[in-house]
Formats: sequence, C-alpha cells, structure tokens
Amino acid sequence: MSIEKREARQPWVLLSPALVSILLLLIVPLMFIVVYSFWLRTATGADQVGFYLDNWIEVLTDEFYRDILLQTLRIASVTTIVCAVMGYPAAYFIARSRGNKAILLLLLMLPFWISYIIRTMSWINILGVSGAFNSVLMMLGIIDEPLQLLYNEVTVILGLVHFLLPFMILNIYVSLEDIDRNLEDAACSLGAHRGRTFLEITLPLSLPGLAAGGLLCFVLGAGTYITPVILGGPRDAMFANLVFEAIITQLDWPLGSVLSLVLIAVLGSIVLVYNRFLGMRQLMKGLA
Amino acid sequence: MMGWGVIRLWTILVYIFMFLPVAVVVLLSFNANQFGSFPVTGLSFRWFVELAENEAIIRAFKTSLLLGVLTAFISTTLGVLASLALVRYKVPGGNFISTLLIAPILVPEVVLAVALLLFLNFLSVHKSFFMLLMGHVIFTLPFVVLVVQARLIGIRRDVEEAAMSLGATPVQTFFQITLPLLAPAVFAGMLFSFTISFDDITGTLFWKPGGVETVPTQIFAMLRNSISPEINALGSVMIFFTVGVPLLGAAIARRLGNHQGR
Repeated sequence: MSIEKREARQPWVLLSPALVSILLLLIVPLMFIVVYSFWLRTATGADQVGFYLDNWIEVLTDEFYRDILLQTLRIASVTTIVCAVMGYPAAYFIARSRGNKAILLLLLMLPFWISYIIRTMSWINILGVSGAFNSVLMMLGIIDEPLQLLYNEVTVILGLVHFLLPFMILNIYVSLEDIDRNLEDAACSLGAHRGRTFLEITLPLSLPGLAAGGLLCFVLGAGTYITPVILGGPRDAMFANLVFEAIITQLDWPLGSVLSLVLIAVLGSIVLVYNRFLGMRQLMKGLA
Repeated sequence: MMGWGVIRLWTILVYIFMFLPVAVVVLLSFNANQFGSFPVTGLSFRWFVELAENEAIIRAFKTSLLLGVLTAFISTTLGVLASLALVRYKVPGGNFISTLLIAPILVPEVVLAVALLLFLNFLSVHKSFFMLLMGHVIFTLPFVVLVVQARLIGIRRDVEEAAMSLGATPVQTFFQITLPLLAPAVFAGMLFSFTISFDDITGTLFWKPGGVETVPTQIFAMLRNSISPEINALGSVMIFFTVGVPLLGAAIARRLGNHQGR
C-alpha cells in the first residue's frame, strides 16, 4: 500500500472506535425504537411484531398525554424564565466585577461537581415538615403546626431552577465577556446614560448567551423525571415520568417507544429552530 | 453607585440560593439530634459511623467507583483518538462527524436510555453492568470530545513537525510530544467523564439490573422512605470527594508549581 493511501486511512482508524460506538449505541437504537413503536405489547407480555398504529393513535389522541406534555412545557418555560431573571444580574456582576471574579467563577463551577440528586433532595431539609424553614417559624412562634410546603409544582420548579441556574449564568457570562467594552464606552461618551447603554448595547449583544442558556435550561428541564419524583406530588408528573412508567413499571415497551419519540420530536424541533436562527457555536462555547 | 449595589446584593442572594441547601446537608450530617433534623443539638459523627456500617451503601459505592473509572478510561480513549483525527487531519465531512460525536448531548437522556435498553435487549444483551458501562460511555463521550478538541487546537502543529523532521516516527511523536502536551486535556476529560458517570441517575435507573445500585440510585431508593440523616451524611461524603479532592489537588499543584517557578 502506498504512503498516501495509508495517510488517508489514518484518521478513519482513529475515528472508527468512537464512530462505531455512536452508531451502534445511539443512532441505530434510535432508529430501532421507531420500528419498535409500531409493534404491540400483547396480554401475555410478548411483543407482537408488525405495523400497528394503536400506540401512536392512543398517545396522539388521548387528552391525558397532551395535558402532561403541556404541563411539562409549562414547567420548563417557567423554570427557564426564572433562571434568566435570577441569572442575568448575577452573570453581569461576575463579568463586570474586578476583584473577586476568579472566586465567583470557581463558586459557579462548584454546583456542577456536586451530585444532582444531593442538590435536589437538599430542599427537603429546607422546606420539609421538620426542615429549616418550618423550624425557624415555629421557634419564632409564628406558626404552631409545620406548613406542608413540599411536593407541588412550585417545589418542582424550585428544584429545577436550583439545578439549571449555573448553566444559565455561565452562558450569559461567556457572551458578556465577549462584548467589546469600547462599544459601551463609546455609547457613554456619546451621551447615553448607563441605563440606555445597557439596553441598547450590552443587552442585545448578550442575547446569544441568554438564548443558549435558555435552550439548555428548557431542554434539560423538560427532559427530567427525577426532580418531579423527589420534589413533586402525585399530580406533578412530567412527560419523562410517563416514559419511565411505560418502560420500567408497565413494561409496555412499544408504548414507551412512542412516548420517547414524541418527547424527542418536541424537544428536537425546539433545538432545530434554535439552530436555524443562532447556530450551535454559542452553545458549544458555553459547554466547553 | 446605587444600581451596582442592587446588582451586588442580587448576586449574593443568588449565590446563597445555590449553596444554602447544600450547606444545610453538611450541617445536618454532623447533627447529634436523634432524628438528624432540626434543631441542631450538637456535633456528632454517628451518622457517618452508621453510613460506614451500611453494607448496601458500601456496595453501591464500589459499583459507582468501578463504573466511573471504567467509563472514564474507555470514553477518554475513544474521545482522544477521535479528536486527534478531527483536528490533525482533513477528514471529508469533518463537521458532520463532529456533530455526530456530540449528538448524545442533544438527545434527551431519557430517550437515549430507552433506545439503548430496547435495542440491546433485542440483541439479547440484558440489563447488566455491561449495559450500564456502554450507556455511560456514550453519554460522557461528547464532553471528552469537546474538552480535548478545544485543547488540541491550541497545540501548535509545528512542534510535532519539528519532532518528525528531527527523525521521530509518528508514534514516537505522539507519545513524546503530543501526549504530554495533551495531558491536561486527557486528565480533564477523565475527571469530567468520571464525575458525570458517578453522578448519573437518569440513564442508570433504566439500565441497571435488579439488585445492583449505584450511589445515586441508592440515595433515590432511600428517599422513598423519607429523608434520613444517613442520606445527609452520604451527601457530605460525596461533596467531599467531588469538590474537596479536586480543589485540594488544584491547590497542591499550584503550590508545587510556585516552588518550581522560584
């Protein structure tokens, strides 16, 4: 074999283990569940191979699934908005502070190193019946009986915000750092006051970061099923909980396939719209 | 200025929001109160002692550790090789391949978990440690690729070319020039994939065989019975390992670096 041929083959030798893994463990399985979604789980527990639309029709027409999908999108939207409102000023402060930027950034990275389940369950210590909040109120004599604060939609959103806020702050911070400070100075020296400079220069230029953070919060938030189980009540199920129920509890795998495909279609189309208008580069900046 | 003061106060509140619940976990894990909840009655290590005697937790810890180490090793190897190919060679369709390699981040983890479970099961590979490992490798791979690629772009090609023009073979060049320069990225990739694997629960709950628990699924199972002081103690131990050890390591490395610099 000639040297050129070997040279040309080399990258493929290096790439093949990763590519084969992705193909075999992600791409083919995704195509497989498309096929699986047309099968039927029979009463005996065996799968009936074929082309049945039953599961698709059930999921797409039953109001139960639609309501939970809408509830999921609502929870994810509120979470994203709360993250943006809480995160933007904080990201701005980190980007513009002089002395303690390094320590603030280090602290911002810490939550990524602390277990998600620990952070989620930590709210039980705060809001639970014998948690910090109730204990303080009882000690002060404001209430006699502990308040039932946990296990509702608000605490699900609280848990999600707590989990996703660092993603939002980091993405906004990255885009604020990218802004040429001369632009702000120029606006100021041309007579714009600080508020106007912020609204007309800084905020628009930081929108890509805000959008990237928003996309991450929304997609990660809408795809979770652990937070609703730990911090939600029985009525606060999200769409991913239905998937888990179908696959693990009911063992109805064709139905679970349909539900998975609906979830990936909804979240995927949001990612595609984002990609169409903003591209993936900003998102990768925030991740790396 | 007043506006700046408001932003500063807001930021402080946001940081308190992020860390207060975690601080309370650590506080309660040292609480002597017999229910391990408020009020805090004194300092005690009893929950840690109980933790060390809980066999289920020790077993889960070992499983998580083994899984994390194997995942880090495999996924970093695959990621480094692929990144080398993408950064160092002109590969036709390189952009598409890059996107393919980070695709597991773009797919919701629940869906990835379902697809892998159903497909492997169809191939008669049932829920097992092996399936867990495959799953963890797949969803940690994109993070390794991102970290290593970013680093690799920063290494100048001329250094490698200089070595080769001085007579080093490509393999020698890789091991003596590229790999040492790449070491921080390899290390970061390993640490990253280990942490993600060690912390995962979403996919793990789908892939783990009955009776096998990792630390997060063990905590999840314990939470079903309500929160216990043991969980807080376990949380403290995990925070120590995932935050304390890297910070300590970084601090030591910095000190050593300073000494060498002088």
